[in-house]
Amino acid sequence: MNGFARQRYLLDFTVASLMRRPGRNLSLLLVYTLVVFLLASVMLYSQAIKGKAAALLQGAPEIVVQRMEAGRHALMPAAYLERLGRLRGVAEVQGRLWGYYYDPAVAANYTVMAPARDGAAPGQVRIGAGIARVRGLAAGDVFSLRGYDGQPHAYTVAAVLPATSELVSADLMLIAPADFRAFFGLADDVYTDLALSVTNPAEVRQVARKLAERLPDCRPILREEVLRTYESVFDWREGMLLAVLAGAVFAFLIFAWDKATGLSAEERREIGILRAIGWETGDVLRMKLWEGGLISFTAFCLGYGLAHLHVFHAGAPLFAGVMRGWSVLQPHFALTPQVDALQLTTLFLLSVVPYTVVTLVPVWRAATVDPDSIMR
Amino acid sequence: MIFHPAILALLAASAINAMVLLAGALFAVHLLRHWDLASGHERQVRLERQTYLAATAVALVLAIQFVALLLFVYNAERMSVLFTGAMCATGTLNVNAYGFPTLILKIAGFFLAVVWLALNQADNLARDYPLIRRKYALLIAIAPVFLAEAVVQALYFLNLNPNVITSCCGSLFSDTGAGVAAELAALPARPALIGFYVVLLATLLAGLRLWRRGRGGRLFGLLSGVQFAAAVAAIVAFISLYVYEHPHHHCPFCLLKADFDYIGYALYLPLFAATGYGLAAGLLQPYARIRSLAVVLPPLVRRHAGLAVANLAAFGLLASWLILDSHLKLIAP
Amino acid sequence: MIELAAVTKTFNAGRPNEYQALRGVDLAIEAGRVTALRGPSGSGKTTLLTLIGCLARPSSGRVRLAGEDISALPERFLAELRLRRFGFVFQRFNLIPGLSALDNILLPAYPLGLPYHELRARADTLMASLEIDHRAATRVDWLSGGEVQRVAIARALINDPPVIIADEPTAHLDSRLSLEFLALLGRLKEAGKTVVIASHDPLVFETGLPDRVADLRDGRIVGVTP
Repeated sequence: MNGFARQRYLLDFTVASLMRRPGRNLSLLLVYTLVVFLLASVMLYSQAIKGKAAALLQGAPEIVVQRMEAGRHALMPAAYLERLGRLRGVAEVQGRLWGYYYDPAVAANYTVMAPARDGAAPGQVRIGAGIARVRGLAAGDVFSLRGYDGQPHAYTVAAVLPATSELVSADLMLIAPADFRAFFGLADDVYTDLALSVTNPAEVRQVARKLAERLPDCRPILREEVLRTYESVFDWREGMLLAVLAGAVFAFLIFAWDKATGLSAEERREIGILRAIGWETGDVLRMKLWEGGLISFTAFCLGYGLAHLHVFHAGAPLFAGVMRGWSVLQPHFALTPQVDALQLTTLFLLSVVPYTVVTLVPVWRAATVDPDSIMR
Repeated sequence: MIFHPAILALLAASAINAMVLLAGALFAVHLLRHWDLASGHERQVRLERQTYLAATAVALVLAIQFVALLLFVYNAERMSVLFTGAMCATGTLNVNAYGFPTLILKIAGFFLAVVWLALNQADNLARDYPLIRRKYALLIAIAPVFLAEAVVQALYFLNLNPNVITSCCGSLFSDTGAGVAAELAALPARPALIGFYVVLLATLLAGLRLWRRGRGGRLFGLLSGVQFAAAVAAIVAFISLYVYEHPHHHCPFCLLKADFDYIGYALYLPLFAATGYGLAAGLLQPYARIRSLAVVLPPLVRRHAGLAVANLAAFGLLASWLILDSHLKLIAP
Repeated sequence: MIELAAVTKTFNAGRPNEYQALRGVDLAIEAGRVTALRGPSGSGKTTLLTLIGCLARPSSGRVRLAGEDISALPERFLAELRLRRFGFVFQRFNLIPGLSALDNILLPAYPLGLPYHELRARADTLMASLEIDHRAATRVDWLSGGEVQRVAIARALINDPPVIIADEPTAHLDSRLSLEFLALLGRLKEAGKTVVIASHDPLVFETGLPDRVADLRDGRIVGVTP
């Protein structure tokens, strides 16, 4: 007996069966595809957004040092730069200037930064695409804001930051250090914090330990820790969304079970005929499993493909808000399409496997129709 | 607890497997009580039909177990960024005491399901269900393993604390550490290499004997089990070193990464297949003395033995090629 | 060929609706001959046919096929016996709608897993001998009554079984089609097949096709002629 040919005949017959009754499984296929689509969208989106964040953090300093005062983040005196002195493994130490500004006109928070290099010339500003959008600004316009002293400060928009990095920079405005101090009323000898670049990643923890010894009122923040925090925040959001979707999956499973249980009289008669002419329970079982497998495969491919389109080409309109957080300055950015084995396996275990398990008993019941039922 | 879709999927898969097998074990108890082949009673007919469901369910469990095993390792790999000190799957599995036990139980469950299905296949060859009682007794014995796996895995994921500083393959599988893993890693190269090849050759020869002559099933089954352990030890002790071309990087998981051309799959798939077929052949061969199986069983056993030998040979050849092709030299020529 | 000894068949045993369809039947079916089971509906002839054709197992008693006891055979082996030893023609023929004539004919051959060209050649020969080869690709829903019964016979013969089982084949046919069908059965008998037929249609017995007739009533055999 040739097992392979036998399976092929069974598969052929199954395909013919499905083609004969295209309408019968259509509703199942639609709901199945929808479930896979929702699950896959959540997973693809969160994966892509994590990858994005990680890529952006790649350029961030390995260690940031913040001074603490009564347990709160305080300004960093420039003198600390000297107190820090030289540390083995640290390539460069830099004082950074950054802060937040609440713009009552659009009820949004901006992140204001004054980078030492590549920032903005005095009197100029470079703004994120989010700010440009809500304030209706373009390069060359004048951007006026109320400073700490209640006086308006006006800057010329030199450029709008490119949209590729919008996840982090949508609400960003870059101005010159002198402008920053004037706008927020900071003295000349303070910074917001210090950024350290460490060349060898293995030495990061060592450096952080030394820092804590030399500057006991400061706390070091490691890039790898930030990355980890990002990762777990997005994981958590993804998990919450999936937990919500679990309801949909359960509804689908009940639907699938009901569908599989409700064998039509016509189908029961057909199985009876097959059993009578010599098909074994195992043959009918395999045929029904092929049927489930084909439906699963179709739904899985369709659902995953549609999710890919939804996330990477349409910008995930369905739940981007939940995943990114709610903000007036909703970032708009393009995600990098990717296919990932971990995700495919997870999706498979969360959709196809429960479906197969749920339909197992009904399928078996159908396969064990009495062979003599056709003659009764 | 880390709320992650892959973790949800793994927990769901283990819960499904445990529940399916628990139901299977309850059915097995029922079957052992009421089985009476001579009876044309409707209950007997019903029981026979339910054996189809049980067999399909175990086959499904095996498929789920395979996918879950892959996902478990992928996930450990992926989560390593969450733990200080972890750079690959080893570190993640080492975050608490339940990581490696989960992996071992998963592998054990996988092979138990393989063995059960082999027993089922053999039983179906004969007209009088000669192995039915052994088969369902084994099913009752398998269920607790899957239950234990579900519990231990749940404990593992619930106790994942991202603040724990873990040790990665560098320290776990380093020759100066303590514990089984470190001892494996500290095995001196020449004796370990010789030991690995001795076990491999012995298993191959026993398999060939079973394939050609249909004899020595038990020995081959036993050797297949030993060979699996020896092969895993060898991968940790020296094969991985040759692949990474680094004298202290003992890690059985990094082999699965793209950095090493996914060579781990080519190594592990034949190893698992060889072990599965080997255990099956070894378990089944003694049953050829049952009258109704005397004619039909030996060809099946020999087929299993042949497949085991082929896969084992593929594994052995690949491992040898990795050793010879490497720029790393652990043993002076 | 087929021997039944003290065979009983009980449905719904132990329940209030328990019902004994057969009560101690002894019967021997001889190879190469046409045996007819005759009796009113409810007499147990169809149930008896299911036991002869390995579609069901007896509640008690022995069924022997070519000397081998098959009373307690597991279902998978019964199915294989059906596949290799029996060809079935059902009441209303029970073809699967939506499939072509050829696909219907090939159905019993699928579980054997033979190469397709071999199967196809066998089906072509059969269809030619039954003069339905021009209808091979037609959906069975569109075939005439005469063509349907020929397809049903071709399906029963595809695995070249020694025994043909027919359950009330003429119950829904007019006289012309009935006679045509009986003539086809006659051809099978000439070809050396064993035929077992259950019927209460007088036409079947008038043609003189059956070599032996077993009369059933209330689950018992009340007479065998000759």
